[in-house]
Amino acid sequence: MRFLTISGPPSAGKTSVILRVIEALQARQRKIGVVKFDCLLTEDDKRYAQKGVLVKKGLSGALCPDHYFVSNIEACVAWGMENGCDYLISESAGLCNRCSPHINDITAVCVIDNLSGVNTPRKIGPMLKSADIVVITKGDIVSQAEREVFASRVKQVNPGAVIMNINGITGQGAFELTSLFESASDITTLKGRTLRFSMPAALCSYCLGETRIGDEYQTGNVRKMDMEG
Amino acid sequence: MKQHLYQQPLAAVLAEHPYIEDFLTSFGLTVKPETISLQEFLDHLNPDLLEDLGLSREQLAHNLDEFLAGMLALQQPLDKVTSLTIIGGRNKSGEAENLELTLQPGEVTCIVGPTGSGKSRLLADIEWVAQGDTPTGRKILINGQVPDSQWRFSTEHKLVAQLSQNMNFVMDLSAEDFIRMHAESRLVTDPEARVRQILEQANLLAGEQFRPDTPVTSLSGGQSRALMIADMAFLSTSPIALIDEIENAGIDRKKALDLLIREEKIVLMATHDPILALMGDRRLVIKNGGISHIIEASAAERRNLVELEALDNRLLALRNRIRAGETLEQI
Repeated sequence: MRFLTISGPPSAGKTSVILRVIEALQARQRKIGVVKFDCLLTEDDKRYAQKGVLVKKGLSGALCPDHYFVSNIEACVAWGMENGCDYLISESAGLCNRCSPHINDITAVCVIDNLSGVNTPRKIGPMLKSADIVVITKGDIVSQAEREVFASRVKQVNPGAVIMNINGITGQGAFELTSLFESASDITTLKGRTLRFSMPAALCSYCLGETRIGDEYQTGNVRKMDMEG
Repeated sequence: MKQHLYQQPLAAVLAEHPYIEDFLTSFGLTVKPETISLQEFLDHLNPDLLEDLGLSREQLAHNLDEFLAGMLALQQPLDKVTSLTIIGGRNKSGEAENLELTLQPGEVTCIVGPTGSGKSRLLADIEWVAQGDTPTGRKILINGQVPDSQWRFSTEHKLVAQLSQNMNFVMDLSAEDFIRMHAESRLVTDPEARVRQILEQANLLAGEQFRPDTPVTSLSGGQSRALMIADMAFLSTSPIALIDEIENAGIDRKKALDLLIREEKIVLMATHDPILALMGDRRLVIKNGGISHIIEASAAERRNLVELEALDNRLLALRNRIRAGETLEQI
């Protein structure tokens, strides 16, 4: 089964891009499964189900979404295998920009949009900087100059990635992206694999439900800003 | 070349390759022109700092390597594109297109056909440099040959620059800062001269003049297009210019096309405007997902273009009178 992790900031157009790719994969008679990770609520599972793909929804609720992702992704891959999927796609939003769901030797895709501003590529951590494929969306509504500047900023932080412009509405470029998916990582299990980059940690009183503000309530892994500098 | 860079003192490396500082800054690192070498700088980065930034030393080194390779490639002159050949595939019903069409720099080819007929697919085939691997089965040759697949993924040497119809500016910058930013991202040797040239040319195309300090978001539709066409002509290295209609407002369309022709672009333009269509050298008629036939501009059409332009100028004069607050009781 070919397995890919797709991540990107909220509202970058991940689901739309995946849906366009799914259409192209279905034209090639491939069976597809999608795991949609989100925090509180998502209706995207219905959009996937409408396309006739197998879909699993995971809501992290009160847990850190990427920690939740990594605790569950192995079982998701097993689920995809049991159901005879040719492709399994995991979709998750990188919410704090320091997290990344990408796994060593598993094809990693980051979706990011032109409207997010030219400084955004710098602000996103390993989710963008360690991706194999970077998909840039919403190119049709900005100028050619902005598209070029944005792509060059992405290239600056991830020079080795394949960078593609995809229009999630019209599907322009989705066919081409699909041909890259055809050579994505082919696996049967995730057992023993490692994340490309460790996830940020907290382990402080606030992790355990503390709500009061003040030094006396803070224990564990706490870090202070430098207010003098 | 690259290995040598790593051993040089930082001060020399940063002076000669300022983009390296920009690269390191974009990862949240600070670098000073010191006497230690670039390699030593990388070796001595604090592991806790890297952890905070979400970076591993190997990944940073790998990215820097790739980045330097890309930057050095950007400074290499491009192989000139002297022709683009479209070898026909098939339409949506599977019927063969039976054509081989070669386009040359300085030629304008119009693409006509109803919405959904397959114009976007044709443009996408060209951008992807299709080799029979798209739904149409078309093949695209560059300079008569199957090109290097680097055209597909290169961000610095893209084959096609595109001007779309519903284009907006989302950056909050003045026209000159905007162009300067673009010029800097392309590492041109004299960005200031290029900025001046583009603004000057854009103002020659635009119906109403704008100043270098005008925010791009305040430009009119015509001024925006004028700016982007001048930018496409003088800053884009893409040999093919793809234009999705130029509305007849606030921009001299003939001059705009002439500029791209003078800069030796292969121009492809989706349009239904009679004047633009007749300005082209030929029209590709798209039906049912395929190129159904090609119309070469005839002498009779060229003659009619003169009449159409006269009509157009009359309308334009009326438009200017409306703008000036006049009445149209006498026309």
